[in-house]
Amino acid sequence: MIPEIGQFALIIALGLALIQSVVPLVGAHRGIPEWMAVARPAARGQFLFLVIAFGCLTYAFIYNDFSVRYTAENSNSLLPLQYRISAVWGAHEGSLLLWALILSGWTTAVTIFSRSIPQTYAARVIAVMGLISIGFLLFILFTSNPFDRLFPIPADGRDLNPLLQDPGLVIHPPMLYMGYVGFSVAFALAIAALLGGQLDATWARWSRPWATSAWIFLTIGIMLGSWWAYHELGWGGWWFWDPVENASFMPWLVGTALIHSLAVTEKRGAFKSWTVLLAILAFSLSLLGTFLVRSGVLVSVHAFATDPARGVYILAFLAVVVGGSLLLYAWRAPKVRSSGSFQSMSRETFLLINNILLVVALVTILVGTLYPLFLDALGLGKISVGPPYFDSVFAPLMIPLLFLMGVGPFVRWKQARASELIHRLRWVFAAAVVLGIGVPLVLFARNTIMVALGIGLSGWIVLSALYNLWSHIQRRRAHKSLAEAVTGVSRGIYGMTFAHLGMAIVAIGIIFSNAFGVEKELRMAPGESVALAGYVFRFEGSRPLEGPNYRSDQGVMTVTRDGRKVATLHPEKRIYHVQNNPMTEAGIDDNLLRDIYVAMGEPLTDGAWGMRVYYKPFIQWIWLGPLFMAFGGILAASDRRYRLAQRKEASQAIDAELNPSPGQT
Amino acid sequence: MISLLALPLWLGAKSVAEIDPALQDRYYGLLGELRCLVCQNQSLADSDAGLAQDLRDEVVKLLEQGASDREVLDFMHSRYGDFVLYKPLVQPKTYLLWYGPFVLLGGGALLMILMLRRRKTVSDTPLSEAEQEQLKQLLDESQDAQTKDNDT
Amino acid sequence: MSRFLIPAAIFIALVAFLAIGLTLDPRKVDSPLIDKPVPQFSLPRLKDASQVFSSDDFKGQISLLNVWATWCFACRQEHGVLVELSQQQQLPIYGLNYKDERPLALRWLRELGDPYTATAFDEDGRVAIDWGVYGAPETFLIDQNGMIRYKHIGPMTHEIYQTKILPIVKQLQETRI
Repeated sequence: MIPEIGQFALIIALGLALIQSVVPLVGAHRGIPEWMAVARPAARGQFLFLVIAFGCLTYAFIYNDFSVRYTAENSNSLLPLQYRISAVWGAHEGSLLLWALILSGWTTAVTIFSRSIPQTYAARVIAVMGLISIGFLLFILFTSNPFDRLFPIPADGRDLNPLLQDPGLVIHPPMLYMGYVGFSVAFALAIAALLGGQLDATWARWSRPWATSAWIFLTIGIMLGSWWAYHELGWGGWWFWDPVENASFMPWLVGTALIHSLAVTEKRGAFKSWTVLLAILAFSLSLLGTFLVRSGVLVSVHAFATDPARGVYILAFLAVVVGGSLLLYAWRAPKVRSSGSFQSMSRETFLLINNILLVVALVTILVGTLYPLFLDALGLGKISVGPPYFDSVFAPLMIPLLFLMGVGPFVRWKQARASELIHRLRWVFAAAVVLGIGVPLVLFARNTIMVALGIGLSGWIVLSALYNLWSHIQRRRAHKSLAEAVTGVSRGIYGMTFAHLGMAIVAIGIIFSNAFGVEKELRMAPGESVALAGYVFRFEGSRPLEGPNYRSDQGVMTVTRDGRKVATLHPEKRIYHVQNNPMTEAGIDDNLLRDIYVAMGEPLTDGAWGMRVYYKPFIQWIWLGPLFMAFGGILAASDRRYRLAQRKEASQAIDAELNPSPGQT
Repeated sequence: MISLLALPLWLGAKSVAEIDPALQDRYYGLLGELRCLVCQNQSLADSDAGLAQDLRDEVVKLLEQGASDREVLDFMHSRYGDFVLYKPLVQPKTYLLWYGPFVLLGGGALLMILMLRRRKTVSDTPLSEAEQEQLKQLLDESQDAQTKDNDT
Repeated sequence: MSRFLIPAAIFIALVAFLAIGLTLDPRKVDSPLIDKPVPQFSLPRLKDASQVFSSDDFKGQISLLNVWATWCFACRQEHGVLVELSQQQQLPIYGLNYKDERPLALRWLRELGDPYTATAFDEDGRVAIDWGVYGAPETFLIDQNGMIRYKHIGPMTHEIYQTKILPIVKQLQETRI
């Protein structure tokens, strides 16, 4: 009964999505306020019914209703409760339902926080999001129905993929989807602006907090995915340039470009047609990512659920949504006039360079990810494009970006002087050079040119971000107390500072763990020990362990340094009962300066095991940095002027800068 | 080395090679460049598959025989083809892959320079009345929200 | 107008490639050994370890080399097909027993039938590496000069044999005349 309610709720949600998109669009076109007013209640209703549908599916998982095919395929009565809940989005059907739910959640947020937006515009935004929702709901109902029944009813389920039975995977997909789908708001704002011809500074102002919010979630989502891979895959890696990872990284890069470009458009009215293109691209790449993950066109280590038949649908949907948007863009964007003249030495130019570098990085990843497919499609054979390629092409693109990140915040809008910049930053630069050379020597007694460059650039960003913040505070000191000056600086500035610091932290983590990490793979019998980077790992032996839905061999490894005990690690090799495949759970002792990491390979004779031991300096910084970035994003998105704008602007739509009659050029 | 009795691929017990420490860096570097063919998308370093273990042993053997990195990669390439190399060879069909990003970067830089030049020559068009009103409004607001400084 | 169409144009090309991509199998990998001589090797025979099976044994006839193992599920699936093909006596089929245990392999042949003219016993899988084997079963077509002409990955079927292998065999036989 419950699954049927879910199914029915899905159908009602689809009906509401249809109303939510068609009626307000027509209303906006014809200028009928009553029709436009339908948008908000319809969107909220759709959300309500998707919550019901999602709740029904969750119910089926919690109460082990294996008459539902999707539940039977992805759960098991022995599966612990938290994983029964996360199993809801553990495979294709449920993750699409989560997608649709989150989309409608964002739409509902738009209905709440769009009071200050003119009715016509808001109606179009909500309608565009409704259109996307229609596509997804049709997809779910026709090709991927999570509520399909199964007969005969199996005695037990086939269990969730053991790889996904990890705390990291409980919240990683929802976060990632919040990010992916969050870009649909910026997308809808852009499409609605193109439709209505109001591509102006207010459009940018409305878009900024939304784009930033999506970016925050995506940042956290990617971080969690990487953290999960590090813990669960057992190879000590944290980023594999795998197609699925790239699929999440591409919208992030465009999203990053977008939040910077929106700043220019909002503040200076420049780059309008470029910014709107980025807003379209960010969401388009999210859809492309969904396609790549769900269709199986690329071989991926993470491809848990693939089905080419469904791929056809997503591709068609992608073609309609993205193709349609880009054609609309091609039609409307030529009429957009950018204002705000600026000199070649200005903040605008620096942000433009930032955008170029980020977009080139994006294209590199896109081409690298799809290149094997291109060649295969052209009959030119199979090739692989993997980490060594991406590392060697991506790093050179990041170097100028990191450098500019230190300079950018000091450059004035409109017109700046190079001599002044050099004057202000010369000591920061000198200090960065010293840090780049000195820090690795002090910490690791070694240095290389690449490490010095990377650490120097990270130091450069850190120092200049802090110096920039200090200058902002200092400027207020003249007539205010220190506390007032500190709180007087806008959250936007704090946000930028944190985000840039976060980037530097990530860079430091990557550079140190790559350059000075040590690994060893060896046979270890109980009682044997191995020395690595000053630590002595002693294998005490292994013992069998019984988990709720798996059995495992748990190794005990004591780690000492200079005779003092540092940690006892418990790596595991698990065999899950139902799917019967071995899983590696790494034993990790982490702190901010280093991780020591042990993973069990295969059992050998006489109680010995193949063991992988790692020493990874500063690796936690890779996941600490995104937290800084996300926190910066939160500060920026909650800046006072957006809240103020909410109240003040009311419905004062500023004159369209675009010629309202599309016939003239 | 422990002699490997024939074992099923999916159990593929590791013959744990004690590698000359001097070769270890090269060994791990090479493993990262080679793709495990039976896996979804993993390097030889990251795979537990039996074949991956055999190929790892092969890499060790070659390194111990004094093979260069290039020779090890060629050994794998001649048997398993382009697919085994995670870093594609530079050849006509991969020119776009290898040079594309840098050409694009150059193109982007060129476009930007051209755009900036063109902008310079065009003098600022005077604002229309409506735009001036709008500008005033925006300025008032931003003054309200924060003091005038370089803000992002 | 035109430059604003560029994103749409790129996107359309991308969709075309993705559409083709949906029809391809990303896991079938071509062997670089096609049209190359068979790798040199010399292995004990499965049934009689004192005898040797070497790469020279391919000379002078068109033959198949089938890589198999008792632990390989798909090999069991194709075995019947191989037995039937061997009964037709069109081509000699050689076996490469890959990373297996001799008693298990011998029992397998006793129970399921032995389609192989001779089977080489590749205990540690080193020879298979030279052949670029990455997953049993794999089947190679070798011409009378000891050149590899075709490789099939996955279980052999009558359909594959008729449509992929026989046409090449015909071609090879014609060139000899």
